[in-house]
Amino acid sequence: MKNIAALLCGLLFGIGLALSGMTDTAKVIGFLDLFGHWDPDLAFVMGGAVAVTLISFRFILPGRPLLAEGFSLPGKTALDARLLTGAALFGVGWGMYGYCPGPALSALAYLDVKAVSFVLAMLAGMSLAGLVAGKR
Amino acid sequence: MDAFTTPLLGGILIGTAASGLLWLLGRIAGISGIVWSALSQALPDSAAASCGTEKPRDGVWRWCFVAGLIGGPVLYHSISGAPVPAPSNLAWPWAVAAGLIVGFGTRLGSGCTSGHGVCGLGRLSLRSLAATCTFMATGIATVALLRHGMGVGL
Repeated sequence: MKNIAALLCGLLFGIGLALSGMTDTAKVIGFLDLFGHWDPDLAFVMGGAVAVTLISFRFILPGRPLLAEGFSLPGKTALDARLLTGAALFGVGWGMYGYCPGPALSALAYLDVKAVSFVLAMLAGMSLAGLVAGKR
Repeated sequence: MDAFTTPLLGGILIGTAASGLLWLLGRIAGISGIVWSALSQALPDSAAASCGTEKPRDGVWRWCFVAGLIGGPVLYHSISGAPVPAPSNLAWPWAVAAGLIVGFGTRLGSGCTSGHGVCGLGRLSLRSLAATCTFMATGIATVALLRHGMGVGL
């Protein structure tokens, strides 16, 4: 049941990414090009998604998950250098090519060699971060 | 449809998928975390340990989620007939460099656009708000610098 539920959520997520234009690197870079020919469309992706989660999470979190014992939520609250350095680096990589992790994985569907290269490098980068910076 | 209706509809689907994962599995739909944990499950114990991870022992739901993430666009493009986006015209070593930085950064910063952006903001997490503002700012600065400062053909 858990696996089917996860598959369906993943499918919905992937359809949303493809429909919204997030898997189109040129479109994403146009959105980040605030100081050039800014293309504001993708603001509606984050806007629409957060509008849903802001409301739905209010109803979901006080209850219990349907197929699990409890919620697995991040426990950290500190705004540390690690968080901000990581986020800053992530933004640089995102701006360089136009993929963040979700769309990069979804773009594997397009069987484009460069999308595959990006994902393999991303996984290597994740391993490297663990080797260099340690746990979590 | 108007330029903003498909992004908005896509965003609503993404938010619904994230809500579904939280409601059903009690999990945050943070893609970088999910894919990293899925990968670590496939690594030998020693390799996972040296990469700073304890392998999750709660089944293969992450792999199912990732399969859906890849299957989603296949379904979408084949049913709607919408054209597949043109591949980036940047060279593959550039894709590798960007991928490395994205992977390193999302693991160090414990999340990406989905975990911090979509879900973290939905939970009103201050950490996620700070992370989201930071990666938006550096993403915008990177495009400004590369495209308008250095003339890289992004």
